[in-house]
Amino acid sequence: MFNFPEQLIYKISEFIDIGVDWILANMRGLFDFIRLIILNIFDGTEFILTAIPWWAYLIVLFIAGWRLYSIKTGIILSIMLFAIGMFGLWEMMIYTLVIVVISVVVSIIIGLPIGIFMAKSKRLEKILKPILDAMQTMPSFVYLIPAVMLFGLGKVPAVFATSIYAIPPLIRLTYLGITNVNKEVVEAGLSFGSTPMQMLTKIELPQAVSTIMTGVNQTTMMAMAMVVIASMIGADGIGAEVLIAIRRLEVGRGIQAGLAIVFLAIILDRVMQGVVKKFEGSV
Amino acid sequence: MASIQINHLTKIFGQPKDVEKAVEMLQENKDPKEIGLETNTTIALNDVSFTIEDQELFVIVGLSGSGKSTLIRCLNLLNQPTSGQVLIDNQEITFLKKHGLREFRRKRVSMVFQHFGLLSHRTIIKNVEYGLEIQGVDKATRKEKALETIEIVGLKGWEDKKPHQLSGGMKQRVGLARAIVTEPEILLMDEPYSALDPLIRREMQNELLTLEDYINRTIVFITHDMNEAFKMGDRIALMKDGKIVQIGTPQEFFSNPADDYVIDFISDVDKTQIFKARNIVRKDQLIVNMDESRQEVLAKMNERKVDVCYVVDDKKIYVGQMSKENVAKSRLKTIDKLIVHIEPILRNTYLKDLWTRFENYDENLPVVDSKGKFRGVLSKDDMIAVLTQ
Repeated sequence: MFNFPEQLIYKISEFIDIGVDWILANMRGLFDFIRLIILNIFDGTEFILTAIPWWAYLIVLFIAGWRLYSIKTGIILSIMLFAIGMFGLWEMMIYTLVIVVISVVVSIIIGLPIGIFMAKSKRLEKILKPILDAMQTMPSFVYLIPAVMLFGLGKVPAVFATSIYAIPPLIRLTYLGITNVNKEVVEAGLSFGSTPMQMLTKIELPQAVSTIMTGVNQTTMMAMAMVVIASMIGADGIGAEVLIAIRRLEVGRGIQAGLAIVFLAIILDRVMQGVVKKFEGSV
Repeated sequence: MASIQINHLTKIFGQPKDVEKAVEMLQENKDPKEIGLETNTTIALNDVSFTIEDQELFVIVGLSGSGKSTLIRCLNLLNQPTSGQVLIDNQEITFLKKHGLREFRRKRVSMVFQHFGLLSHRTIIKNVEYGLEIQGVDKATRKEKALETIEIVGLKGWEDKKPHQLSGGMKQRVGLARAIVTEPEILLMDEPYSALDPLIRREMQNELLTLEDYINRTIVFITHDMNEAFKMGDRIALMKDGKIVQIGTPQEFFSNPADDYVIDFISDVDKTQIFKARNIVRKDQLIVNMDESRQEVLAKMNERKVDVCYVVDDKKIYVGQMSKENVAKSRLKTIDKLIVHIEPILRNTYLKDLWTRFENYDENLPVVDSKGKFRGVLSKDDMIAVLTQ
């Protein structure tokens, strides 16, 4: 009487499973190919980032903080980075950084054009808005499942899941930046006879650049959050350290790794926001 | 060379289906305001027709919501008219699509905006170059042209600044430079000086009037300020609720206002601050060239039945004038000895400043523009008539 009637239960999970199975059976080659590409890019990026000596990171960060804000900020940011190394997490930090960087680049490559098309097409806007809402409310763990199914365990599914999870703010802010370009500026562009491509490259994108940069910043922060969770599917990095600490209930180790993640996030955020501000200043 | 002819232009904003319904209801002669409410549309222009002459400075004036901004945007199709025609030099433009429309906008018409519409990410010179850049003009040429135009509008030395470093008046100079650098036949100005403070506004108004002599364009100028309208316009159209209330020269508005709305609108206009020689200049004069023979000139004067003719050089610059009496009794072959030079009046001089010229003089005075081109004559009677109305 009070329970939901059994006859009406109809699970969609089976159909999704059938769909995923079909994709796996028929498109194996494609995913293997994508896997290979991401793997190569990953190894290449990791090679470059590990080839840079640790003190060079500190110096560059200090100069960036100084130029973008003040000497004080430069010192604080480099102390944070130094602390990560002091915790013994330097290599893991680099690994995490590689996942974040690649995920953000993938997000930009996919998200920027989608955001542009969304700004141009009312229909696409209507379709995408609820999807983006859904993507942002979907629990982040859910993205791990298809990632594992399609790419197995390791860093490739981590990059995949992180990119998907982190892409919505970039799409949204690209869309917002382009639709919010001053109406008279758009009219001016049109009144001189610009082609749609000239409108985009000479007026809309340059005018939207600081909003898009804010989107990149938010996407980076989302990627930072996801990269910890991605350790559950076998990605190394600081996230893995947290995971180990949870399993063994080592409070100190967990908090130390957590602090390292916070420091890395603050460093990335400050540097990127500084760049955005510089852009706004020049616009 | 460009005249603009507007025939039965109507523009209704709204969803396509609602607009269709509104058009039908308009044809049934229902009240536009009710139609708007009933169909959820805005009737911005309602069956507007008039003609703007070549090289005229035509002002459209009206309160906000009167449809003036919609009208000017129909002239470069930033607004696509719902029905009606816009003819430029008798060529229909309302059907122009993609490529044709772009070519039209690139070569023949340009626009100045109320809030300038400058590209904040570009320097001043890059802003001015924009119109040429998208046409694919090569770098050296467009830079040269842009520098030239920047100098004309008085911004030399500011080329490499960004728009946010400039004051409002300077920004609008950039807007003007950007609009004239492509040498369009038609210049559309949408409340260009409304966002500026009064002193700068007056300065800019006077500059535009002087500049106009050098660029020879048809200018359509929009404003909500009647004083500005009368000050700038050769002819003026007063708009209300998407319709033209009255169209005519400034003195026609004063001598023959169409209705109470017009009277109300012009009531606090200061005539002495408005009327300039150009407003009452008599254009239809016999003009002869310096190298015409005396016989030719005499024949022309007889044919036109005039007592005075005006002599200009090849560039239409005023040289002097001759009376028929002198031409008739002379025995010379050429006319150069017969020419009498009378100090001409600049056409942008206010009438109040011209009283002294007429103190001991009753004949018509020649009127020239700032380049010295002959533009017509000013008669004492016209002047008295206008100022004492």
